[in-house]
Amino acid sequence: MFNLDRWIEIFQTIRKNKLRTALSGFTIAFAILLFTLLFGIGNGLKNTFEREFAKDSMLSIYIWTGRTTKPFKGLQSGREIQFKNEDYKYLVEEFGDKMQTISPRIQRRNVQAVYKGEQNNYTFRAVYPNYLTLESAEIESGRFLNMLDLQKRSKVIVIGRLVEQDLFGQLSALGKEINLGGISYKVIGTFSDPGGDSDERYIYGPFTTVQRIYGNNDELDEFGITYDPKLSVDEAIMFGNLLGKSLKEKHSVDPRDQGAIRVNNYAEGNKQVSVMMLVLNLIILFIGIGTLIAGVIGISNIMVYIVKERTKELGIRKALGATPKSIISMIMLESIFITALAGYVGLLIGTTILKFIGDSFEEYFIINPSVETYVVIGATIVLIIAGTIAGYIPAKKAASIKPIEALNDD
Amino acid sequence: MIKLQNLHKSYPMGKESLHVLKGLNLHIKEGEFVSIMGSSGSGKSTLLNIVGLLDEHDEGTYHLNGQLIEKLDEKKAAVLRNKFLGFIFQSFNLITYKNALENVALPLYYKGVNRKERQKIALEYLDKVGLKEWANHLPSELSGGQKQRVAIARALVTQPKVVLADEPTGALDSSTSHSVMELLKEINREGMTVFVITHEEDIAKETDRIVRLKDGVIISDELVNKKVKV
Repeated sequence: MFNLDRWIEIFQTIRKNKLRTALSGFTIAFAILLFTLLFGIGNGLKNTFEREFAKDSMLSIYIWTGRTTKPFKGLQSGREIQFKNEDYKYLVEEFGDKMQTISPRIQRRNVQAVYKGEQNNYTFRAVYPNYLTLESAEIESGRFLNMLDLQKRSKVIVIGRLVEQDLFGQLSALGKEINLGGISYKVIGTFSDPGGDSDERYIYGPFTTVQRIYGNNDELDEFGITYDPKLSVDEAIMFGNLLGKSLKEKHSVDPRDQGAIRVNNYAEGNKQVSVMMLVLNLIILFIGIGTLIAGVIGISNIMVYIVKERTKELGIRKALGATPKSIISMIMLESIFITALAGYVGLLIGTTILKFIGDSFEEYFIINPSVETYVVIGATIVLIIAGTIAGYIPAKKAASIKPIEALNDD
Repeated sequence: MIKLQNLHKSYPMGKESLHVLKGLNLHIKEGEFVSIMGSSGSGKSTLLNIVGLLDEHDEGTYHLNGQLIEKLDEKKAAVLRNKFLGFIFQSFNLITYKNALENVALPLYYKGVNRKERQKIALEYLDKVGLKEWANHLPSELSGGQKQRVAIARALVTQPKVVLADEPTGALDSSTSHSVMELLKEINREGMTVFVITHEEDIAKETDRIVRLKDGVIISDELVNKKVKV
């Protein structure tokens, strides 16, 4: 029910009582501004945190082998454990349902790569196509390996951005042949990786091709696994332990032997990270709620003061025929209007400042401080509701006071 | 117009209660110009508050314009005040941030008159009290007499049945007081019932009927001006 007359009356009151309006408006705007800034900076910290700890896939488990350190079941210590293709099959069959991806890997360091006059040494990794999900790498040109490459044992490779830069300079490597350790491979794709320079100097080739070329056997070095994202951090840790235990059993390794079969489960790191994130989130939440409470108290005090200050005016209005309802609605609409407007102004200033800060505080571990709009709008609504309630109680009191008492109030 | 029978009012004062009005009987007919005289504490302000529906009586009956006033809720009282009563206060009680015209127009706002109409009527009444040129001035820019004229215009603007004036000249000097009383007389001559409360003998003498109040009872009720109404 829109009543233009009522709004004109309210606007006049607002306009003619600038100090009062400014006072309550300032409180709200300031509360929302602080809320936006603190929340934004908190989010900036969170962003930094996420970037630092989210280089590779957060869900990864790597398993590789070494020498046994303990004698077990009559076997000596110092025995070299070697994964084979059957271990891959075993893991897929036994644990495939809890995995998102699994890829075996053969890795050769310091493989010489030659293209025309240029040459350099790189780490050469032989993997399955789904290995890509384990790295945070992104294909820049061409494509990654596919199953057809593996079936045909094609001599194709995907190279890191820096490999391309080293060997080809400004030119594109796509479709060119590189000599890797004496064998010629065709470049089918390039990738970039935010994980850093070393991650961008890898060369990936089809697992089957490389396995045949280097040794012509069924041996492999390592498994890269990503676990089902539905697993909780604790479940994922248990899953990693189970994989290690099963493989140890299969290779007749003492369950307590940490050397022969090694498991690097990112979930363990994730647990620490997620605890720290939780703490960070709690701090942000605490700051946010604290600011809001301060704002709510501020607006409540101001509303009490405003109504007190207006007691006489309200008495006059009542003597002239204002009903209690019209008094209450006048005060409340005024309060809601100012709160909403001031809240919006605070939000605008806050987000502008955050945008202005941008990434310039990166050295203080604050990246892209920002606040989701719905959070700020939610905060403004909380303040509006608080302002309304805070306004309602004294307004109700003022409306019920006998006009004669209000008129005698000086 | 106003008919009071055996009206009682007392105020609680701590554990005791102060009996202010002790069985008042008063009948004011339409078109009368009545003053209530009495020293402070005689109960005259209480009487005005009750008549003005700003306060409630404890016992007895009160008829306003033939309507029995009892157990009024705030809303009904507000509507009746707006419809039947115009107030003039000693301290003017203008809204400080509204100019003269807006002050006069305010009762019309609560009556539900539209904005244009309000402005027009309010200006007419300001003209009537001789302040048309001052329409856009704030109360702080007006003299005491001018403020009271604005208040009178405001009291009249809804065309009430009764104008209630509480010490209308209390804050004014004698010549200004006189001109304000002249204005009230003029309003009365036009047929309005005017009800003045004062403790000044001079002011009371300007009215047609003086009711003297002492300690919550009426001690005398006399017609003073012999002039006959046409």
